[in-house]
Amino acid sequence: MARIGVFVCHCGENIGRTVDCHAVAEALGQVPGVAHAVDYKYMCSDPGQQLIKAAIAEKQLTGVVVAACSPHMHEKTFRRAASSAGLNPFTCEMANVREHCSWIHEDRASATAKAIDLSRMMVEKVKRNVPLSTIRIPVTRRALVIGGGIAGIQAALDIADGGAEVVLVEKAPSIGGHMSQLSETFPTLDCSQCILTPRMVEVYQHPRIRLMSWSEVESVEGYIGNFKVTIRKKARGVDEDKCNGCGACTRACPNKRIPSEFDCGLGKRPAIYVPFPQAVPNLPVVDRARCTLLIARSKGKKDACMKCVEACQRGAIDFEQKDRFVTEEVGAIVVATGYQLYEIGRDQGGRKDLHGYGEYGYGTIPDVIDGMQFERLASASGPTAGRILRPSDGREPRTIVFLQCVGSRDPAKGIEYCSKICCMYVAKHAMLYRHKENGGRAVVFYMDIRAAGKGYDEFTRRAIEEEGAEYVRGRVSRMYRDGDVIKVVGFDTLGGEPFGVDADMVVLATAMRPQPGIESLAQKLSVSYDRHGFINEAHPKLRPVETNTAGVFVAGACQAPRDIPDSVSMASATASKVLGLFSNEMLEREPTVARVDAAICAGCFHCERVCPYGAVTHMEVKDRQGNVLKVVADVNPGVCQGCGTCVATCPSKSVELQGFTDEQVWAQIQAFLG
Amino acid sequence: MEGTATATGFEPRITAFVCNWCTYTGADLAGTSRLQMAANTRIVRLPCTGRIDPAFVIKAFERGADGVIVSGCHPADCHYTAGNYHARRRFAVLRELLSFMGVDERRVTFSWVSASEGAKWRDVVNGAVERVRECGPFESYRALAGGV
Repeated sequence: MARIGVFVCHCGENIGRTVDCHAVAEALGQVPGVAHAVDYKYMCSDPGQQLIKAAIAEKQLTGVVVAACSPHMHEKTFRRAASSAGLNPFTCEMANVREHCSWIHEDRASATAKAIDLSRMMVEKVKRNVPLSTIRIPVTRRALVIGGGIAGIQAALDIADGGAEVVLVEKAPSIGGHMSQLSETFPTLDCSQCILTPRMVEVYQHPRIRLMSWSEVESVEGYIGNFKVTIRKKARGVDEDKCNGCGACTRACPNKRIPSEFDCGLGKRPAIYVPFPQAVPNLPVVDRARCTLLIARSKGKKDACMKCVEACQRGAIDFEQKDRFVTEEVGAIVVATGYQLYEIGRDQGGRKDLHGYGEYGYGTIPDVIDGMQFERLASASGPTAGRILRPSDGREPRTIVFLQCVGSRDPAKGIEYCSKICCMYVAKHAMLYRHKENGGRAVVFYMDIRAAGKGYDEFTRRAIEEEGAEYVRGRVSRMYRDGDVIKVVGFDTLGGEPFGVDADMVVLATAMRPQPGIESLAQKLSVSYDRHGFINEAHPKLRPVETNTAGVFVAGACQAPRDIPDSVSMASATASKVLGLFSNEMLEREPTVARVDAAICAGCFHCERVCPYGAVTHMEVKDRQGNVLKVVADVNPGVCQGCGTCVATCPSKSVELQGFTDEQVWAQIQAFLG
Repeated sequence: MEGTATATGFEPRITAFVCNWCTYTGADLAGTSRLQMAANTRIVRLPCTGRIDPAFVIKAFERGADGVIVSGCHPADCHYTAGNYHARRRFAVLRELLSFMGVDERRVTFSWVSASEGAKWRDVVNGAVERVRECGPFESYRALAGGV
């Protein structure tokens, strides 16, 4: 026989003003199975909790209902109190008579009636609660970091410095990400590579970091503390153990006219290449689609070129290499896959709602470039060795027009968000250009200047007031080539008149978008993403680097447009989360998970098909001789997150969600409606 | 229910099945924002709309509910990634079934209310109460369910 205690809280005046708490306690005292019902001014206070603990002992209560605020507020508090008095914490529940009753109703009679109903519903539920124990799962103290840009590098270093092992996976041939392509960084104008490359080397040399470049995550199984990740090591065409990075092969390759990805197509590279001189690891990769030898072989012709093989003194070139699969066991995963830029007037990678900006002539007018291309031109290690030259004729431009918000903040073009970094880097570009080109004219078209950040507003003001950049508030409607110049036609909304510039070069500050393929990675990790493909954080304010999947964290521009300081802060935050997780011997989880009754389960596996987490496995039921009688569903409690979708789907009702069983729900319905 | 008497004297009894992460939290927000609403609903908290068995809705009517609300996270916002999609499919079918059975559609309200939509929750509740009030007591179903 159940002996339930009901504790009605006045919450000072918050509940008591509208709900007659004493009447609620009295009414509940009449409910069969309720052994004790009282009301008190503040249940969550120390004396209030003592009241509950004392009653549990004195009245030998088997369950507790606290009619007070939302369980999101104090469920933990009261469960802890119940537990310390010797009761199983999961036999304590809360009836929400504050947020869902006293605060939203004025009429005392109906609010009191509702409070009684809500409390009775909980009493009936608690009568059917069974003692549950928290689930304990082991933790593998090893982390996977996906993405080797600045966010991934920072996360990997912080985790490794904290004492845990890290597997860092990067899909490009080298780590470094977009930051390695930048010339200088705002607002301090320090050289990007100078601050980044030491960190890259640190990653490479760290005894606890295993770097896997030219690799991608193939599949993810498991759950917090116990992930099993399969990584595809793409065929490099070069034996990593034999190669010493001398570069003889890249010099020998005769096919040196391939547009370099690192230089955004402004420079050239050979078919066997190291993406940039400071690459980590310093290993070349064979471009299989462009290598003369591999093209010939694929057509069944005889080997046309062996220059790199001949040049390599260590016999490291291996064209026969195949993709390899490596399985790593990790306890936590950090997603730091970064961003790509909005492509103007070109294909948006399958996104039909993004239209591009044909009117800006990108891809047709060679001297219209994007911000990253400008970075490469301005970079000392870039194709022009740091000189700003026009891609069309190599001339120094005397006037450059910079366009902000190209792709961003334009719902008509598919992206309504602000890309956050463009205002800053455009100011930087204008400054860099003015520093390099004496007397050159930098005209910036902007919508607003958003320079919130330490030293940011000062930086944009400096560009305008000290460095002579001309800022024009307005949009550009059209750009076209007229002889040697690009006619830029816009409107100065502050001056209230049309504004035209004859530019030698135009730089488009294009929107930041998540990396292509982020959706498929997110699906492998069971994390959600917004309609732009940015990974969703668990809570926008209070859990900014966690995702909805326990043990998976997010850092950098794959979550939203981010600049370097933001990405690094997020990365360090993920590292602290990961190390916090690893500081546990065992993890404890609420036991709100699904359980299968093998005796009833017919093995239809509808549950397996609807489970968002892949928590349902197959289990053989055997007789004493070991003969398989039937195969039934089984739920891995470590993977199950307790949504209960399987329960509502199961045709034979052989799966139940602990803490939210059908019986408990029906009891609540009945308690209300009779 | 001992609610205040209105002109018609009919106070609908409405059971609301909501998910823990979006709508329950949204209803909490309505509370912290002190948004006044009709006192006719009783919330049953479940982890996810995916857990809400259509049988709960039937059961509620059988037990004498005049209306039912089912509400969870917006599509793409599910705490459990996809539970609300399963719920959406399930309740699309349930709606057809109920209308086939002759249940007035106004008695069943499906909605998405996020954790930040306290005001929307108030509107959902008030709207449902208003519609059910128009329908009147659901005695025909109770009679059909008989002595269950």
